[in-house]
Amino acid sequence: MKMNTDVLIIGAGVVGCSVARELSRFDCGVMVLDRGNDIAEGATKANSGIVHAGYDAVSGSRKAHYNVAGARLFPALCEALGVPYRRAGALVIAFSDEDKETLVRLMERGNTNGVEGLRILSREEALQLEPNLNPDIVAALDVPTSGIVSPYELAFALADDAAVNGVEFRFNEAVESVRFEDQRYWVRTAGNEYCCRVLINCAGASSAFIHNQLTGEALKTIHRRGQYYLLDRSASAVFSRTIFQCPSVMGKGVLVSPTVHGNLLLGPTAEDIPDPLDTATTREGLDDILKKAARTWPALSTRANITNFSGIRAHLESDDFMVGPVQDCPGAFEAAGIESPGLSSAPAIGLDLATQAADYLQAPRKKELKPYPVPPKPFNQMNDEERKAAWQADPDYGTVICRCEVVTEAEIRAAIRRPVGARTIDGVKRRTRAGMGRCQGGFCMPRVAAILSEELHIGLKDVVKDGIGSYILDSAIDAEAERNA
Amino acid sequence: MMEQIITCINCPVGCRMTVTLSDAGDVLSVSGNTCPRGEKYARQECTLPERVITAVIPAEGSATPLSVKTKQPVPKKMIFDVMEELRKVHVSPPVQIGQVIIHNVLNTGSDIVATRNLDITDR
Amino acid sequence: MNHEQIDIVIIGAGPAGLSAAIAARESGIESILVLERESEPGGILRQCIHNGFGLHRFKEELTGPEYAWRDIQRVRELEIRVECNATVLSVSEQRIVSYVSRREGFRSVQAKAVILAMGCRERPRGALCTPGTRCAGIYSAGTAQRFVNLEGYMPGKRVVILGSGDIGLIMARRMKLQGAEVLACVEIMPYSSGLNRNIVQCLQDYDIPLYLEHTVTNIRGRNRVEGVTVSKVDSRRNPIPGTEINFDCDTLLLSCGLIPENELSLGAGVGISPVTSGAYVNESFETSVEGIFACGNVLHVHDLVDFVSAESFLAGQAAAEFVRGKKPPATGLIQIKDGAGVRGTVPQAIRRGCEKDVDLMFRPSDVFRNSAVVIRDGDKVLLEKKAMIFTPGEMVSVRVKADQLKNLSTDELTVSIERKS
Repeated sequence: MKMNTDVLIIGAGVVGCSVARELSRFDCGVMVLDRGNDIAEGATKANSGIVHAGYDAVSGSRKAHYNVAGARLFPALCEALGVPYRRAGALVIAFSDEDKETLVRLMERGNTNGVEGLRILSREEALQLEPNLNPDIVAALDVPTSGIVSPYELAFALADDAAVNGVEFRFNEAVESVRFEDQRYWVRTAGNEYCCRVLINCAGASSAFIHNQLTGEALKTIHRRGQYYLLDRSASAVFSRTIFQCPSVMGKGVLVSPTVHGNLLLGPTAEDIPDPLDTATTREGLDDILKKAARTWPALSTRANITNFSGIRAHLESDDFMVGPVQDCPGAFEAAGIESPGLSSAPAIGLDLATQAADYLQAPRKKELKPYPVPPKPFNQMNDEERKAAWQADPDYGTVICRCEVVTEAEIRAAIRRPVGARTIDGVKRRTRAGMGRCQGGFCMPRVAAILSEELHIGLKDVVKDGIGSYILDSAIDAEAERNA
Repeated sequence: MMEQIITCINCPVGCRMTVTLSDAGDVLSVSGNTCPRGEKYARQECTLPERVITAVIPAEGSATPLSVKTKQPVPKKMIFDVMEELRKVHVSPPVQIGQVIIHNVLNTGSDIVATRNLDITDR
Repeated sequence: MNHEQIDIVIIGAGPAGLSAAIAARESGIESILVLERESEPGGILRQCIHNGFGLHRFKEELTGPEYAWRDIQRVRELEIRVECNATVLSVSEQRIVSYVSRREGFRSVQAKAVILAMGCRERPRGALCTPGTRCAGIYSAGTAQRFVNLEGYMPGKRVVILGSGDIGLIMARRMKLQGAEVLACVEIMPYSSGLNRNIVQCLQDYDIPLYLEHTVTNIRGRNRVEGVTVSKVDSRRNPIPGTEINFDCDTLLLSCGLIPENELSLGAGVGISPVTSGAYVNESFETSVEGIFACGNVLHVHDLVDFVSAESFLAGQAAAEFVRGKKPPATGLIQIKDGAGVRGTVPQAIRRGCEKDVDLMFRPSDVFRNSAVVIRDGDKVLLEKKAMIFTPGEMVSVRVKADQLKNLSTDELTVSIERKS
C-alpha cells in the first residue's frame, strides 16, 4: 500500500513520541512508523529511567545542551501527562583521591552546563544520607536535581497525546529503504511505501542505518548493550537516591537506583555488540554487574531479583548526539546517536525537531488542541473512599487481576482502550504494571490474555506477549481439531 | 530368562528391585525390596503395569474443560489409546462429579468419570 | 468507620481455608467469612487434575478437584459464607480486613480472628537470573498447568522442564499426554525433590530423560522460545564450561520452588521466618500478632494436601477458641530450634502449659539414610524417630506428647537428624 503524509517520523521510542507530540500542535499530517509491535520497543523500555541532571556530558556538546534543557521540562511534563516521575536526587561516590578529583571536575562541568545545587559531600555526610553505602567511600557529589521516571510510560503518554491530536502510529513497519525523489522522501517497508515532505529519523539503534540511506557520508554506529537487574520492592528501602560510581580508568561503573515504582535497579553493562536487536542477557554481563554493584552496596543480594533485561543504545564515534537537519537533505531531520542522556533530553529534542519541521513545512500552530486523556489514578494508589467510588462507577474495579501490583480489570481494559492502546501482554504490563510484581505474571498472565482476547476480538491463541510471533499458546485441546488434524 | 530393574514407588526409600522373569514373562523372583509392598508392586509392574490416567476434555458451552480420570487403573501400554478415545468424546454442561463419560473404555473394565462439576453457567 | 463485625475471617478458600472454616464452624463459631479471589473455591486443587490426593485423610486416591469437592460440599452443608471473586487488599494488626469484590465493591470488615490461608506462588525466571532472551514460551509450571487444565490450551509443542519437583514432573506427564514432546527434565541438585512415584509415572513411563546436576544456562528465541542451553553444574551449583547441551524447544517450564505468599501478612506486622518464608507460629498456629493465625502453604510449603487439611483444621479450632476468649495461661514459651540436617521446623514455639500433643513438622536439608530424627531438650534426648530415608522432598512430622512437654528442663527444643548405623 502507498501512503502520503506531510511528516513521517521513524521510531516510536521516547524521542519519536516526543517529536510526534510536539508536532501534533501544528497543522500538518504526521505519521510515526516503528519496527516493533508497540510504542517504546527499543531502548526506551530498557534503560535506567534516570533523568540526569547534566553534569556528565561534555560542556558545549549537544548532549549537555539537550540534557539540561530536557531535564528542566520533566517535572511539568510528567505532571501534565500523569507519568510517574520523582526528583529522587543522586550521589556520585568516590573511593580514592583520583575519584575525588573527578568529582570536582564533574561539579565544575555541571556548573558550566547549568546544573543547580551540586555539592561535594564528606564521607560522613554521604553515609548519613545513605547508610547502606560502602563505608569505604571517601566523598560523594550530591546531585539534588537528578530524577527518576518511568521511561516507557512517558512514551505511551506522549504517543496518546499525539494520537488524540491526529498523529497516526503504524507498527511492525521496519524501514527497509529511504530515497529522496521529486522533493519527497519515499520510505519503503516490507509491505508499504510512504511518501512524505518531511522525514524525521528517531530510529534509535537503527538511526545510523536510516541516516546512511540519506547521505553519502556513512555514519558508523556502535550498538551498545546494557543489561540490568531489577529487584523487588522489598529491596527498595536500600537507597533513596540514585547512586552513581565515579567514571574511572576502570570504566563507567554501574548504578544502583530506586525506580519510580519502588523497585531497585542494578546496572547497566556496556557491551558493544554487532546485532542491534540482540537484547539477550548473558551470564558474563550479569555477573559483571554484581561485581561492580557490590562496590556501592556491600550487602548486595539478588535474593529479591524479579527480572533481568537489556537494551541497546546507539553510540556514535563522535560521542555526541546528532540532532537537527540532515546535511544536504532538505526536509530531513534526525536524532541520531541517542544514548544516555537520551531519555532526559527527549522533551527538548522533541521541541526542537518539531519546530524545525514545522518551520520547513510552514505549518501554522493549531488553534485548538484536543485535551490529553489523563489516565485514571491507579487503583493501587487510591484510598478507601476513592476505591468505593471507582467500583460504583465501574464494577470492573472490583476484580483484581494482578494481585502483586493490585491492578484491576478496569485499568487493564482502559489501557487497551487508550488512543495508542495495549494490544499485547507486555503492552498491558507496561501501561498498568500487571505482571511486574513478585510473581512476574505467573498468576495474572492467563487473565490478562483473556481480557486482551475479549477486547481485541481475537482468539486466545492469537494473543501475543510482545512482538509478532510471540504467541503465548500453541493450540486448544480441541476434540474437533485433533480429529481433523 | 530376563531381568528387569524396577524402582518402587510406594515410599520415599525407592528400593531398587531386580525382578527375574521367565521367557514366558512370569515372575520368577524379586530381590532388593525391603518390605512386602515392594515385592507386590514389582510383580505387578513386571507382568501387567497399570496406571490411572487423568486428563481434560473440552466441554462445549464451557470455558473450563472437564477434568476426567479412569476409575480403575488401565494397562500402561494403552495410555495413548485411551487418550485417543477421549478425543472422540463431546461433553457439555451440566456434568456431575463422578458421572460416567465413557463406559468400560476400550474394554479395560474401567470407566472414564468426571472429576469435577461443570455447571451450566460455568464461565 | 463502622465496619461489619465478623468473628473469623479466612483469607483463601483453598484446602487450607476450607478446612479451617469447617473446623471453626464445627467448634461452634457462627460468624465466619471466607474470602477467595478466584471465581470458585478449591484453590490450587482446581487445576491439579492428577490423582494422589487424600491417601492419608480419606484412604482413597483422589484427584485435586475431587479432594476439594469433599470440603466444598461440607462448607455448603454447614452454610459457611464464602465470598468468591474477592481479593483481600490489606489486613491490619487490629484485624481489619479490606477487600474488593465485583459483587460488593470495596469493603472493610472487623474480624475477631483472621486465618491466613493464601497459599504460595512460584519462583519466577527472574529469581533464577537465567540469562538469555525474554521471549514468549517461558512459564512457571503452575501457569502452564492453569492453561492446560482450566483453560484447555496447550502452551507449546516441544517442552523442556527446569526443576524436578512434583509440579515439574506432573506437568511433564501432562504435556506429554496432551500431545506435546517433552525433551528433558533438568534438575540442579543431585537428587530430585519429587516423589519416586512421580519420577516413575511422569518421566520413566514416557522416556523423558532426567538430567540431575544440570541447569538451564541460556534461553534463545526472539519472539518465542527457540531453544535452551543446559549445562552440568559442580558441587557449588555453578555451571561447568564445556558441558553445554542444546535443546530445540518452544517452551520452557519452570518448577523451581514455591514461596509462601505473605504480602498481606507483612502488612499486618506478622513476623515472617526467613527459613520457611512463612509466619512464626506457636502450637496453635497463632502468629506473632494476636488473633492472626496461619496454616497451609502460606505457613510452610507442604507436599501432601492431607497434612494441609490436618494443620488447617487445628488452626481453625484454635481460632475458634481464641474468639471464645479461651487462652492458655501465659507461662512462657518453649523455642523450637532447627538443628543439624533440619530446616524450617513449624511451629517455632510452643506455649508452656500447652495441654495437647504437638506435631513438629520440618524438612530435611539433605538426603539421609539410616538416620533418626532426634529431639533434644537442652542436651537431653527427648525422643528419637528412625527412618530408612529422609529427603528434602518429603516433609517430616514428629509428635511430641503433652506430658513430654510438661516436664521439660530447658526452654529450648532442638530438632536434628543424626546418622545411626
